[in-house]
Amino acid sequence: MATVFIPAELRVLTHGVSQLTVTASTVADAVTELNGQFPGIETHLIQGSKLRAGLMVSINGTFSSQGLRAPVTASDEIHFLPAIGGG
Amino acid sequence: MAKKRIVSTTINGDAVEFLCEPRQTLLEILRDVLEMTGTKEGCGNGNCGSCTVLMNGKPVTSCLVLGVEAEGVELRTIEGVARGSELDEVQQAFLEGAALQCGICTPGFIMQTEALLACNPTPTEEEIRFHLAGNLCRCTGYDKIVRAVQCAAERRAGACHK
Amino acid sequence: MSTVEKPSYKVIGTRPIRHDGVDKVTGRAKYGADIRLTGMLWAAMLRSPHAHAKITRLDTSKAKALPGVRAVVTSKDFPDQGDRLVELGEGSVNMKHLAANVLAHDKVLYHGHAIAAVAADSIHIAQQAVELIEIEYEVLPPVQDALSAMKPESPVLNTDVRTKGYVAGGPGSADQPTNVASRIYFEQGDIKKGFADAAVVVEREFHTATVHQGYIEPHNATVLWNADGKVTVWMSTQGTFTARQQTAELLRIPVSDVKVVPMEIGGGFGGKISVYLPPVAAMLSKLSGRPVQLVMDRAAVLLATGPTPGSYIRVKVGTDKSGRIIAADAYLAYEAGAYPGSPIGPGCMCIFSCYDIPNARVEGYDVCVNKPRTNAYRAPGSTNAAFAMETVLDEIAKQLKLDPAEIRLLNAAKEGTRRVDGPKYSRIGMAETVEAIRDSAHYQSPLPGPNRGRGIATGFWFNVGLKSSVTATLNLDGKVSLLEGSTDIGGTRTSIAMQFAETLGIPCEDVHPSVVDTDSIGYTDVTGGSRTTFSTGIAAVNAANDIKQQLIERAAIHWQTTPDKVQYIDGGVTCSDGQRLTFKELAAELHELGGPVIGQGTSGKEAQGGAFGTHCVDVEVDPETGKVQILRYTAAQDCGTAIHPSYVEGQIQGGAVQGIGWALNEEFWYDPKGLLRNATFLDYRMPTCYDVPMIDAIIVEVPDPSHPYGVRGVGEVPICPPPAAIANAIANAVGVQMTTLPMSPPKIMAELLKQKK
Repeated sequence: MATVFIPAELRVLTHGVSQLTVTASTVADAVTELNGQFPGIETHLIQGSKLRAGLMVSINGTFSSQGLRAPVTASDEIHFLPAIGGG
Repeated sequence: MAKKRIVSTTINGDAVEFLCEPRQTLLEILRDVLEMTGTKEGCGNGNCGSCTVLMNGKPVTSCLVLGVEAEGVELRTIEGVARGSELDEVQQAFLEGAALQCGICTPGFIMQTEALLACNPTPTEEEIRFHLAGNLCRCTGYDKIVRAVQCAAERRAGACHK
Repeated sequence: MSTVEKPSYKVIGTRPIRHDGVDKVTGRAKYGADIRLTGMLWAAMLRSPHAHAKITRLDTSKAKALPGVRAVVTSKDFPDQGDRLVELGEGSVNMKHLAANVLAHDKVLYHGHAIAAVAADSIHIAQQAVELIEIEYEVLPPVQDALSAMKPESPVLNTDVRTKGYVAGGPGSADQPTNVASRIYFEQGDIKKGFADAAVVVEREFHTATVHQGYIEPHNATVLWNADGKVTVWMSTQGTFTARQQTAELLRIPVSDVKVVPMEIGGGFGGKISVYLPPVAAMLSKLSGRPVQLVMDRAAVLLATGPTPGSYIRVKVGTDKSGRIIAADAYLAYEAGAYPGSPIGPGCMCIFSCYDIPNARVEGYDVCVNKPRTNAYRAPGSTNAAFAMETVLDEIAKQLKLDPAEIRLLNAAKEGTRRVDGPKYSRIGMAETVEAIRDSAHYQSPLPGPNRGRGIATGFWFNVGLKSSVTATLNLDGKVSLLEGSTDIGGTRTSIAMQFAETLGIPCEDVHPSVVDTDSIGYTDVTGGSRTTFSTGIAAVNAANDIKQQLIERAAIHWQTTPDKVQYIDGGVTCSDGQRLTFKELAAELHELGGPVIGQGTSGKEAQGGAFGTHCVDVEVDPETGKVQILRYTAAQDCGTAIHPSYVEGQIQGGAVQGIGWALNEEFWYDPKGLLRNATFLDYRMPTCYDVPMIDAIIVEVPDPSHPYGVRGVGEVPICPPPAAIANAIANAVGVQMTTLPMSPPKIMAELLKQKK
């Protein structure tokens, strides 16, 4: 059972709930499950078939380049964070 | 536009003549007319030192010298520092001491160092820093540049003793 | 100093001469502005004299009529971008905004905003023609800083901007034009309870000035739009592939029709990722049928490229009696410049990143103002944030009579610490860098004398991974030609070649690295984000392993055995029967063993483990003038594994001195009309070698488990601590706590005079 951490700015949509345990095997599945619990939340995370511009997904503290396709396994932590570039 | 003039000068020991508009800077002549692009432009107004060349042995920012002022002088540029295929002590010290990162300021620093060591072969750290203060480097924090100048001075002194 | 016993490397950790060194000390290296093409034209640009204005008339006919002028372009000559976002390597970019930044559309949004360009037979004719362009403006009031731009009554720069992440009631708007481009929000634990339980609480407000990357080489582009529709761009850039894509997208031509040829690059620091010139030079080339060179002058560089945001930051930190942080709250507003895109996200993620804080909240805003569109600058967003957090922490240490190193160690983030933005850290070296400073000769030494003080501060940067490609061809003499796509700004040809050589067990000098154009190597992201030695290094290691595998197969042919009987060990192949061939011996036989061997490697990790640095500085403040002199400086940084220690030290020293400039002198001065009044290197005062002492670099090595040799990027972290370390030193020297950057003499004098009252 992976855990999705709900971005703090979206917790107004989850009545303050900050985490959700999901049975998902990919980030996309996790977002679908999240949206099942909190309808409408996915529009803040997804645009078309991709993560929203400017967002990245972190799995267990490591950013993934696979976005919504990134696989997740039980005990994984999923975070949605602002994208980082660098100088 | 004023007419072009012929300017006769000496660059790195060679007699050179070039055609020059009065408004053209020495830097522009070197880079665009003579295609000697080793001398770099960083600011165009004498603040960064990247275009330093030696004119009659003295360091000048070539962006503040007009091409016509080169008449009858002796110029030395970065292209004339190595002795044939052998680097001189300053170049060697910069290379071995990792005293460059991007390298755009390096020709200016080497020319400024040549000028310093010619008049003061054993400069103190304070003297090195004062003499090089007109040359900006944004990459290195100057630490390794100052050490390279110290190293070059020592090597040159050693070479003289031999 | 290393935290674990290092494997015994042969090449890694040595200090070979860089492969491009001789070219760079003899003037032979070709930088962007050094290229000369047959028939080449020179170009110049018209830039806005106003900070904020509508263009009411633009007539280029007189310029076009000047003899020697070959082409004139304005934004009207470029295809419409529509409303689209494009992924450009380091994040997605609104193409309409990027296009309007390259050449203004109907409005200019900052002093120096490019409007038109002319290509002519000489630079002088081009400049003369620019003067002949007729233009009229309707001047609008300028919006000069983030806080005033956020007010509802502020003029709005971009009518298409809405607040990303908007919540009802906050600054900005979800459906009306606004300057507030995005809102970032993080929260963990219960900060109300945390502050209620705190024994000490300190809250301060900070203002930092807009500063520039200050690379010595101005932006440049030389472009040929050939009759076959193919566009070649010679330029200095941090990333050829992003430059190619931006150019192609702005011209709306297929990306593969553009080839970017990397010239040597004279510094970037984040400022040479976004394109300004290539599309303009390309269009001038298309119209004239000739190659066109467009080079910025220094004023244009300072007016219209870079910078990194000025900012407003408020930080409140509460600790218990022992100094343990139990609550922290931050509010950050960063100036995006003319178009959205300041590093507010990373700023918010970095502000509390050095510490383990159970209850915390961070709120941040990206705000458009009439200044140049900001771009990345060495650890973008982190330095501003570190200045605020690290000075507040020092104030708390003082109140609790704690040593500044001890309060940092007490709270240091470590493996498993949950960051305020959510994720937990993997293995990191925060505490190790503080310990390195605490135990250094510098920190342990006394600092006698009046008006002198010592300060320390810590900084953090993520270090990105991203994508790289390397190709390596084995030559018959046993040497290797290594092709890579990472432009080399500070010796990365060598740090990459060293990892390749280490993997194959051959000398570094036998590897000949070349940075090649976008047609000659696989996709490679920018040289930035401290990623090149890490990520292109991984690609090089993979390419070397590919060659190893092929050599095992070739040796099996040579010994007429099967590959499973052959091993690659220590720079050669060994057969199970005891026979051995060195790398060189086997290379000489390749043509009879199946032909050429080419190794390939790529990498695509998104991120590294992150890196920390702690700096210690001694200053003396002149009480008569407010001038701060740096007496001694030591910087400790976790570099994972230092591949080429000289260039690692160089990154630390260079970053520290840029940070010193940011701390003490550098700032864009805008007058009340929003005009930049110091667009020269005389008045935009970067440190000279007379301003700084030697910078002692302490390399701490806590290997990053995500790299085969444990590399952590080193380029960005060292700019983060200096402003805070210097502010803390000033406070200890003369008792004034500075909350603005730069801490220039007039500002320090003002505080000293207040203190006297």
